[in-house]
Amino acid sequence: MTQRSVVAIKLAIWAGCLAPLVLLVLAAAGIYGSLGANDVETVLNVCGKTGLNLLVLTLCITPIRRSTGINQLVVFRRLLGLFAFFYVCLHFLTYALLDLGLLFPLLGLPTASGLAPGEQLLADIAERPFITVGFTALVLLIPLAATSTRAMQRRLKRNWVKLHRLVYVIAVLGLVHYWWQIKSAADVTEPVLYALVLAMLLGVRIRHTLVNAKAAVAPSYQSVEPPQAHEKTGH
Amino acid sequence: MHKRVDTGIKPSEITPESAFVNRRTLLTAAVAAGIIPSIMSCEAATIPTGGVFDDVKKWSGSATEKANTFEEITSYNNFYEFGTGKSDPAENAHTLKTSPWSVQVSGAAAKTGTFTLEDILKPHALEERIYRLRCVEAWSMVIPWVGFPLGDLLKRFEPTSEAKYVQFLSLADRTQMPGVRYPVLEWPYREGYTIAEAVHPLAFVAVGVYGKVMPNQNGAPIRTVMPWKYGFKSCKSIVRIHFTDKQPQTSWNMAAPNEYGFYSNVNPQVDHPRWSQASERRLGGGLFAPRIPTQMYNGYADQVASLYTGLDLAKNY
Repeated sequence: MTQRSVVAIKLAIWAGCLAPLVLLVLAAAGIYGSLGANDVETVLNVCGKTGLNLLVLTLCITPIRRSTGINQLVVFRRLLGLFAFFYVCLHFLTYALLDLGLLFPLLGLPTASGLAPGEQLLADIAERPFITVGFTALVLLIPLAATSTRAMQRRLKRNWVKLHRLVYVIAVLGLVHYWWQIKSAADVTEPVLYALVLAMLLGVRIRHTLVNAKAAVAPSYQSVEPPQAHEKTGH
Repeated sequence: MHKRVDTGIKPSEITPESAFVNRRTLLTAAVAAGIIPSIMSCEAATIPTGGVFDDVKKWSGSATEKANTFEEITSYNNFYEFGTGKSDPAENAHTLKTSPWSVQVSGAAAKTGTFTLEDILKPHALEERIYRLRCVEAWSMVIPWVGFPLGDLLKRFEPTSEAKYVQFLSLADRTQMPGVRYPVLEWPYREGYTIAEAVHPLAFVAVGVYGKVMPNQNGAPIRTVMPWKYGFKSCKSIVRIHFTDKQPQTSWNMAAPNEYGFYSNVNPQVDHPRWSQASERRLGGGLFAPRIPTQMYNGYADQVASLYTGLDLAKNY
């Protein structure tokens, strides 16, 4: 991959990742499209879904890198991961500030009598399992986002890899969070699809680890990491 | 699987014996005196071909809050027979054929059989009632329905003393309703109330919204509206009414009995197992509209609380 194609792909990722937000803003401003009758719910769902989609995409990078040998793909992984974090944050902020209305006490504005958004938020996180799970996923994403820089990667060495394996746990928590809030237990086509994709990605990952472990005990085999020679040098 | 819950309400409590005995004399006298217009002189309710009802009286008890727009009411619906997404019913319900339509009446009643929609509507005078609608998902709307009291309809079938409950069944035709192909709920959709609830003056049969014929996505051509209960307790596109002495099965209760009880009265103190019911988002207020506190029985406590005297509302959710 040339430097130019890396830049082009990065620009495409920026455009693709910002598109849902831009569409939400345009709809909220009444310029293009509409947020529908339940505007807060629409923002909440779009941000949550985009966050989950980007998490899954992030998880796809390593298997694709391994099977194609294009090691530069790793630079896109960071970008996708950070956008996933961005949308998960927006999802949480929409819930806390707009849905529960924490925005109003934060701005010093009155809330309807009997409602205490701050207390409600804490109670939800503590007592509503699907919110507890979702909030845990968000919290776990913070150290990953904070250590996503190349400098941190170098500093943490092998621990960085171990730490960032958390992304699998986070994706599973995100899926559970999504699954758990669906009203009808039978209406789970979408979460089942996510689960299948996640299971496949986890399976590929586990298979790779097992094969690697075998290679380590059998010295006659070379590492199955794609050799550098296979890397495309561009044309 | 359903729990038998005894409301402790005897038929004699629903209809005081004195009223029962004197009803005919009173009615005859009232009609003669012109207090109650006789059925013959009454404007016969029909589904207008032009789509707009022309003689709809305003009910004095209507909610005073700002009603949601026709667009909001008809674009954001839970009607799983047309898909589980909120916009699915508006997109898919055009395939529903509402004419001809008939309703089968069965069970513990003197007058059972199949009635055309025209038969069902004929004797009733239509009125507009603006009711709050609180969904179990913690959002709410304010909707101007067109219809008539459910009790007026049910009494015409002369339910017997065996009739402790009434069950309503929705149409479940997969050729007209694409969502019925998926087993997301027990089809046909079924709902039920105690007779006392069903004949309560607030219990309503709706055939329109905003003076117009009921849009398909809102449960055309005929649906129930129980304003003090969560929205799913309404039964849309009704094809069957069944009077019974046993608590009837209800689709959501069958799907998740620990989450959706038979009563499902709006109650801010009894949370859904997965989320709080203390407050609600009134749709139409914009992104920055704060939630509002949910009211006991959706604000109809003065009228309906007496139906549940002595009932443990935490157990009978």
